[in-house]
Amino acid sequence: MLEVRALAAGYGRAQVLFGFDLALRAGELVALLGRNGAGKSTTLKALMGLVPPAAGEVHFRGERIDRLAPWRIARLGLAYVPEERRIFTDLSVTENLEVGRLPRREGAVHWTAQRLFELFPNLGRMRDRRGGSMSGGEQQMLSIARSLMGNPLALLLDEPSEGLAPVIVDAMAGAVLELKREGLCVLLTEQNLRFARRVADRACILETGQLRHQGAMSALDADPALRERYLAA
Amino acid sequence: MSATSILLQFLNGLAGASALFLVAAGLSLIFGVTRIVNFAHGSLVMLGMYLAVALSEVVGFWWALPCAALAVAGLGALIESVLLRRLYRAPELLQLLATFALVLIIRDYALWQWGPEDLLGPRAPGMAGAVTIIGQPFPAYDLFLIAVGPAVLGALWLLLTRTRWGTLVRAATQDREMASALGVNQRLQFTSVFALGALLAGLGGALQLPREPATLKVDLAVVSDAFVVVVVGGLGSLPGAFVAALLIAEVKAFCIALGYSKLTLVVEFLIMALVLVLRPWGLMGRMPAPARGPAALEPPLAAPSPRVLAGLCTLLAALALVPLATTGFTLVLLTDMLVFALFAVSLHFISGPAGLHSFGHAAYFGLGAYGAGILALRIGAPMELSLATAPLLAGGGALLFGWFCVRLSGIYLAMLTLAFAQIAWSVAFQWDAVTGGSNGLIGIWPAPWLASKAAYFWLVLALACAAIALLWRALHSPFGYALRAARDSPLRADAIGIDARALQWAAFTVAGLFAGIAGALHAFSKGSISPESMAVARSVDGLVMVLLGGIQTLTGPLWGAALFTWLQDALARGFDYWRAAIGCVILALVLALPGGLGSLGGLLKRQGRA
Ligand SMILES: Nc1ncnc2c1ncn2[C@@H]1O[C@H](COP(=O)(O)OP(=O)(O)OP(=O)(O)O)[C@@H](O)[C@H]1O
Ligand SMILES: [Mg+2]
Repeated sequence: MLEVRALAAGYGRAQVLFGFDLALRAGELVALLGRNGAGKSTTLKALMGLVPPAAGEVHFRGERIDRLAPWRIARLGLAYVPEERRIFTDLSVTENLEVGRLPRREGAVHWTAQRLFELFPNLGRMRDRRGGSMSGGEQQMLSIARSLMGNPLALLLDEPSEGLAPVIVDAMAGAVLELKREGLCVLLTEQNLRFARRVADRACILETGQLRHQGAMSALDADPALRERYLAA
Repeated sequence: MSATSILLQFLNGLAGASALFLVAAGLSLIFGVTRIVNFAHGSLVMLGMYLAVALSEVVGFWWALPCAALAVAGLGALIESVLLRRLYRAPELLQLLATFALVLIIRDYALWQWGPEDLLGPRAPGMAGAVTIIGQPFPAYDLFLIAVGPAVLGALWLLLTRTRWGTLVRAATQDREMASALGVNQRLQFTSVFALGALLAGLGGALQLPREPATLKVDLAVVSDAFVVVVVGGLGSLPGAFVAALLIAEVKAFCIALGYSKLTLVVEFLIMALVLVLRPWGLMGRMPAPARGPAALEPPLAAPSPRVLAGLCTLLAALALVPLATTGFTLVLLTDMLVFALFAVSLHFISGPAGLHSFGHAAYFGLGAYGAGILALRIGAPMELSLATAPLLAGGGALLFGWFCVRLSGIYLAMLTLAFAQIAWSVAFQWDAVTGGSNGLIGIWPAPWLASKAAYFWLVLALACAAIALLWRALHSPFGYALRAARDSPLRADAIGIDARALQWAAFTVAGLFAGIAGALHAFSKGSISPESMAVARSVDGLVMVLLGGIQTLTGPLWGAALFTWLQDALARGFDYWRAAIGCVILALVLALPGGLGSLGGLLKRQGRA
């Protein structure tokens, strides 16, 4: 579904990613783990075309996308939920969803505002609320829902559990599992290992812009030394 | 003043506000989505006027309005898709430069197509007469205009809140990168927004015709009015623009009614200065979100290498020898180049390393020039004293204006500098007893020992080079480092105890002082000064020089000033459409060399290595 080869990227003269490979199969849920500043967010931004890759190739469903503008990538069926959520604060919930709406896509679930309100019941109760006056958890849900309005085939999810109360984290994990059941391919970054363990099939560990480990989530689970080495703060 | 005439003046102001609002709304929409400050917006207004005059002969006035507006919209779409689209990733000042090139090109197109004379527009059929309001006649067409403003505001509001297109525009205005990541087709969006903005500009121009003739001068005048309205109302706020347009048009109408018509030239800028000081983000604007993403990480400004220094010294020596070879026209041109090089370097000092983009640097050049002229002519001070004192006047002006300006940043700061320059200009333009008014001052000649062209050239060479060296030295002193730190990372600079505002204020003053030296030197070399020397166009000239040379380079402003002065001179002699030619050169340079002339060396070096 998504294939990354020797990806390098950075901001201006500061290189952050130093060339690594990564592949996602259809329907797979992969967690990208690593300490603060490892380059997780930068990876997602580079895939989305928000930080133009300096080297390497990104293929999405067989099509090369590393030179495309973000909106073209989004229209191919790759969706992105940023770490900061980036809700349109002046727009209502319904309008935020409208911005994300793209035409129906062959082979992908067709999301409507109605269906998303079923997935995130909280949002359904505040359709006319301005994005700016929502809580962090509500904004996170709106941000995910907004991306789903594009009927994506794959979703890049940057730290979905960050800054959320435990109950909301639970609900979020439920929603992500639900998306996986719908057949969506997901690449998410996490600091919260418990969250990642609950939802991910596979774990990839980044350190200073390089991929240090890949393997089944269960293998990471069973290996405290590995966790100690790359993830402990 | 009777109650009736107050009412009539009020209605008159309302009528004036409508067209102003249309133009400002277009500017605001375009800026909101594309982040481009469209200097050519006034040129689109001008085209709307001329096109409406031409079209009304064919299809009649009422049909000419929409036709002219649509034609301008089409041109806007073309400009966006052919030119601006290539510049969205470029630094914003470069975009500004490109739109300014369009101003020059469109102005000369209109000159070529319609000639230099003002064109009188038709009366509006069916509305040519007057209606009686409480016993007084009032033009019927003005009543129509009064209705247009709110009608357009309502239509825009519906468009923005009730349509998908409008929702996407509001989203992109807030965070266009995120909108793009959600699949919003940016090409289509930017082109359509630009076309709509141009449509409003064209319509605003065409609607004015029964009130005023189509004239070439309208472009820069209207765009600065529109800037003022947008900034006073708050960037991106259409209701704000509406209120600001009303406020300004009313105040102007009453200035005229009360017999202070001279004030109309400055009153809007006074209002803007007042609003920006009291409410820095405008009447209805909100504080801009802190810039997201990497501020283009600029390589630090390198001190000139020994080779560059050697080159500059050689150049200096060669220049010093020129008067031995010729005292003719070349020397006059070289004197101008040196003066403007100093002017450009002083502008670069604040706009590059200090990050304060000034749109009104000519004010200080003009203060220096007028200071010298007034001291020499009105007080009879010797030339040496005038030359030494005039820059202090410019520095004093910069000290005063700078105190306000450094409280703002970005586009707001640029507009406030423009406002102050406009105020200074209109004082020079109107204070006949002291400044000579629109005629300016003549007969400002250097002392006898400098009377020869060669001697004066040597003086200019010595002073300009010393001043430029001083400015460069300051950039590589702790003062300069702290200045750049405050530009690149205000929070961190603050944390290590740098008082950014005080530093920027000092830099602003220093830059004004040095621009004043250039101005004083210029006055004595030409023997005369006119208000032109501190007009908006001169400020823009300075920006063009800096940007042509490359704002991220040290020596760039020198080459930019030399090239621009030479171009202006070479083209202005013997070619009617020299502005358009300069515009084309600027566009070509912007597209081919986005880093400016000063980046050419580095580029060649890199290619040599590759
Ligand atoms: N906009 C930016 N400009 C310059 N450097 C940046 C920018 N964003 C991130 N960086 C740098 O890139 C590196 C990687 O950042 P990134 O945000 O990708 O890390 P991360 O793994 O997502 O960390 P976190 O867990 O804190 O979210 C960091 O050193 C960071 O300082
Ligand atoms: Mg991150």
